[in-house]
Amino acid sequence: MRRILIITLAIASLMLWGCVNQPEKWTHEEIKHIDTGVDPNSWVLIPAGEFFEGQFRNLRHLKKLNYDYEIMVTDVTNAQYAKYLNEALAAGKIKIENNQVKGFYPGEKYTGFRHERKIGPGYYLYYPLEEHGTRIKFDGKTFTVDKGFENHPVTMVTWFGARGYCQFYGWRLPTEAEWEKAARGTEDFRAYPWGNEITPHHANYDLSNKEIRKLLGVNHGITTPVGFFNGKKYGDFQTVDAKSPYGLYDMAGNVWQWVADKHERMSDRFMKGGSWMDYDIYLRIWAYNSALPYNYYINVGFRCARDVKKEAPQEENPASENVEK
Amino acid sequence: MKFIKERLEYLFASTKGLVLVAISLISLVTAIWGTLSGPMVEWGVRDFTVRLLGMKLDPFFREGRIIMLYHTIAMAVIAIEVYLMTSIIPMKRRYKLTINATVTVGYLSSLIFGLGFAYFGRNWILHGLFLFGLSLMFFTGLLLAVALWPWNKDYYVRSPEYAHTKSGVDLERVAFFTMVIATLGSSLFGAVAGAYFGNGFETFLAENTVRFAHKTPLQLGIIGHLHIMLTLIAVAITLIVGRWLDFKGIYHKIAMPLMIFGIIVITLGVWMVVPFELIAHMIIYVGSTFIMLAALMLVIYGWRKLIKDRLNELGIEKAGFWKGLKALLHDPLKFGALWQMVFMNFTVSGVGIFMAIELDKIFRVWPWREERVTLTGHWHVLAALIATIILMYYADMVGLKGKIRQWFGWILIIGSDVAFAGATIYSLKRLFVKAYYQEPFVSKIFLAMDIGLAAVLVILALLLLWRLFDLFKGEGVWRREKENPEVEVPRTSKEVLSE
Repeated sequence: MRRILIITLAIASLMLWGCVNQPEKWTHEEIKHIDTGVDPNSWVLIPAGEFFEGQFRNLRHLKKLNYDYEIMVTDVTNAQYAKYLNEALAAGKIKIENNQVKGFYPGEKYTGFRHERKIGPGYYLYYPLEEHGTRIKFDGKTFTVDKGFENHPVTMVTWFGARGYCQFYGWRLPTEAEWEKAARGTEDFRAYPWGNEITPHHANYDLSNKEIRKLLGVNHGITTPVGFFNGKKYGDFQTVDAKSPYGLYDMAGNVWQWVADKHERMSDRFMKGGSWMDYDIYLRIWAYNSALPYNYYINVGFRCARDVKKEAPQEENPASENVEK
Repeated sequence: MKFIKERLEYLFASTKGLVLVAISLISLVTAIWGTLSGPMVEWGVRDFTVRLLGMKLDPFFREGRIIMLYHTIAMAVIAIEVYLMTSIIPMKRRYKLTINATVTVGYLSSLIFGLGFAYFGRNWILHGLFLFGLSLMFFTGLLLAVALWPWNKDYYVRSPEYAHTKSGVDLERVAFFTMVIATLGSSLFGAVAGAYFGNGFETFLAENTVRFAHKTPLQLGIIGHLHIMLTLIAVAITLIVGRWLDFKGIYHKIAMPLMIFGIIVITLGVWMVVPFELIAHMIIYVGSTFIMLAALMLVIYGWRKLIKDRLNELGIEKAGFWKGLKALLHDPLKFGALWQMVFMNFTVSGVGIFMAIELDKIFRVWPWREERVTLTGHWHVLAALIATIILMYYADMVGLKGKIRQWFGWILIIGSDVAFAGATIYSLKRLFVKAYYQEPFVSKIFLAMDIGLAAVLVILALLLLWRLFDLFKGEGVWRREKENPEVEVPRTSKEVLSE
């Protein structure tokens, strides 16, 4: 009996031990730079047409987007976001307040429904500075990126911050439907952007992170440079060319990606694609996550979309502030 | 031939044999299907299992597979509860035999064909047989309701020790009956919605809809169904444990009306989720408070009884705190069954109440995926706690004694509680640790959970291996159980004698 008690206490101590080792102040990290050869400034055209939306292969879920649009080939990187912050600061589009980068949001309709948050016009958090997990720092004048993280997807960015970035350049966040079409293509009904099978060589997710941290020389889970899973071999780690039918990278794994949609009576915004922290089930094309628009997290980023034609589309209205569903 | 016939008679015609078969099948399913998720995936065990058994894990049908898996395990657990009820509650023999036969075919059909359909090829015949099994389970409920009819004078209570009405209606029997009726209604509640989603094969997991402002009535039906069914399974095991421990006296008289009222209120509350979602929660809180108070009465009674019985056994008339505590902890199986009900408040009810109070302030600020972990952890723990209580009763039923009883009982309590506490802390991790540092924290919590679960699975495996080898003996425990097939509880013995 005494032995059981000792074992129990040992396990309890082990559990408590896990709670410690949480420094107060954030120390920025540096890692090895890896060049994937994929240009984060590239865009791809998604032509108008039908695609299967969601999980179920049923004609009811055949959706048509009757307009062309372009979407970024990769997630927005830390370097791109830091460049934006510098430009936006110079242009007076953002301000820094209490160690937070903030930008203006015109507000949205509030119905008072359960759990709905009132989001009126005002300045909202875009990006927290010196928060644990940030890769961009601000020296009082300029935003710079931690060494080695330049071509990693930006994380710790809020939905407001993602929207602010896209809008600054005259673009927008993709809608959920646009995102899914870009990930799945129109040829078939697939679970992942590259097909129906997933291995640690296809994407940065829970199972691949062990190899990736070894490669990057860190002892914790981490993002990979955008376009990493492109068939190249990095050290001993062979990747599969895991692009979507339209040639997009990182549409499954690495970081969740904010999408534009504002659902009626809900304040949460949705994210797609799964991340390095998640199991494969979250990487399926129809899987989603959601959070409040001022929420930031170590595994959430985004990419932008932009219109090709000037006419307003019939089924979706991506140019509007909030796409009501 | 005689060898096989005798064993089959034991396994399928005695209550103890039937419970053993069901526990073995649940253990087998848990052991195999447990390799498909969690750290087993990382270790490559999932791929091995899938290859070995020829499973088909199409990523499109994961939600449907999981729903069928939950149902198959739940049906086997319900079957165990039914076996125990038909054995420990007086009823006509013909009812008992029919009920046991129906529930056995029902749960075996749903388990075998359900898993066959979900994991080994989507054959429509298998799906039909799965539904046939579920239908038989429903029919079992109808038969059980008839058999338990509390206003049958044969079952009126004669002893003043047990809760009853002035005319003698046994309130404990009313509680069992109410639970069965509530279960029948609640299963229909799920079946209606399930018929829509299941037939179209457009299934969803309830936790995936938790943040949607708009939920369809059928989605609400599914959410209500899973909550109330698990609650009623917990109510059933609470009543069964009461029977095991000969729950009586003033606590029994307080508990039974509370339990009956609580079952009615909580069930109606859940059914009202569809038309009146906003107020339904308040009604559910009221109902669950009554049920929890009734369970508290059982715990107080049970622990006092354990102390008293042990002190009497030792010939001690007056005992201090430590002697009392020692007496309480003397029998880990009986103590543990009640302790798990108390522990449930920390890992299930407590977390649920905390979530309800702090939902907007804390949980809705987290990404949905984090909230989902808390929700799924919450009910997995409740389901597993119920399973451990059943195992404790079973271990007592098969007559574990001495050191084996002590080791089995304590490993079951400590192993499961470490695992469930770990699961609870894991699900609430963002309260204690920043996202960036959660990985080492999670690894340690997982280690504790794995150690706890492994300990439970090892002792369960040992128990079942012992029972398996015992079947090969001519005069093993199985023969004793075959000759004495019913579960003995003090109250039923008295009632049977008095008839």
